[in-house]
Amino acid sequence: MRWIWIDKFIEFESGSRAVAVKNITLAEEYLYDHFPGFAVMPESLMIEAMAQTAGILVGQAKGFQEKVILAKITRCTFFDYVTPGDTIQLEAKIETIAPEAAGTSGRITRCNKLIAEIDLIFSHLDKNLAGKQFPEENFVFTETFKSLLSGMDLRQNAKS
Amino acid sequence: MAMSRDEILRQVQTVLVDALGVDTDEVTADATLMTDLGAESIDFLDIVFRLEKTFGIKIAREELFPAENLISNSELVSNGKLTAKGLAELKTRMPHTDLAAFEGNPDINRLGDLFTVNAIVRFVENKLSKSG
Repeated sequence: MRWIWIDKFIEFESGSRAVAVKNITLAEEYLYDHFPGFAVMPESLMIEAMAQTAGILVGQAKGFQEKVILAKITRCTFFDYVTPGDTIQLEAKIETIAPEAAGTSGRITRCNKLIAEIDLIFSHLDKNLAGKQFPEENFVFTETFKSLLSGMDLRQNAKS
Repeated sequence: MAMSRDEILRQVQTVLVDALGVDTDEVTADATLMTDLGAESIDFLDIVFRLEKTFGIKIAREELFPAENLISNSELVSNGKLTAKGLAELKTRMPHTDLAAFEGNPDINRLGDLFTVNAIVRFVENKLSKSG
């Protein structure tokens, strides 16, 4: 199983706001343990999905020059369960962006019903650990993440 | 209209309660952010962002918490204590802190104690008076 918790971006305003969707399917392994007979998406994975949405938004704002990592969950509140067959929308907005960090706010909805509110702070590794050695490749923004964005470009190019 | 110190303190208390998850009555004027309120370095970023939003000011992180740059400079630190040059540098960069107690024993492990609620209130006051 790949560690990717969003399926595609449906809106992307560089440096400002992004909306991604995720489909929850019975093919996802964790649902059989969480919980047997009552399959619901764990809140921790909803936070990870939001972190991926917001993290890509923040990373893209700086042309993926920085390794953006989740540093703090400032606030998260959940209002309903998410179950197999649901499609959730994750909307992330950049609230602040500085050289060494960024703050985002986010909402998860299902058919316009509010499921969660999740605010996050990301740290920019390169700015914070200047001089430390890292492997050549940008291990945060793998090709899988970047392909989510190029998928958007393809659809937009096809329409015009 | 200038904000009174009490009003600044009240809003700084709200920022710290939200950022650190502590109770309002724990956020006294003399409370230290790290020892008393349990703040860690990532919390400092959160606090800077919230202060900017609350007071409409721009703060570079090293402006409010410059200690991190200081500790790594070998000219300013010797045997775990700040040198005279280091102390002078600290005074320039952190006029909002009370250095009297620190000067007696400038152990870098005690730098965290400089970051009190009062220091933040004074920093915000200075910023607001400069901007207008």
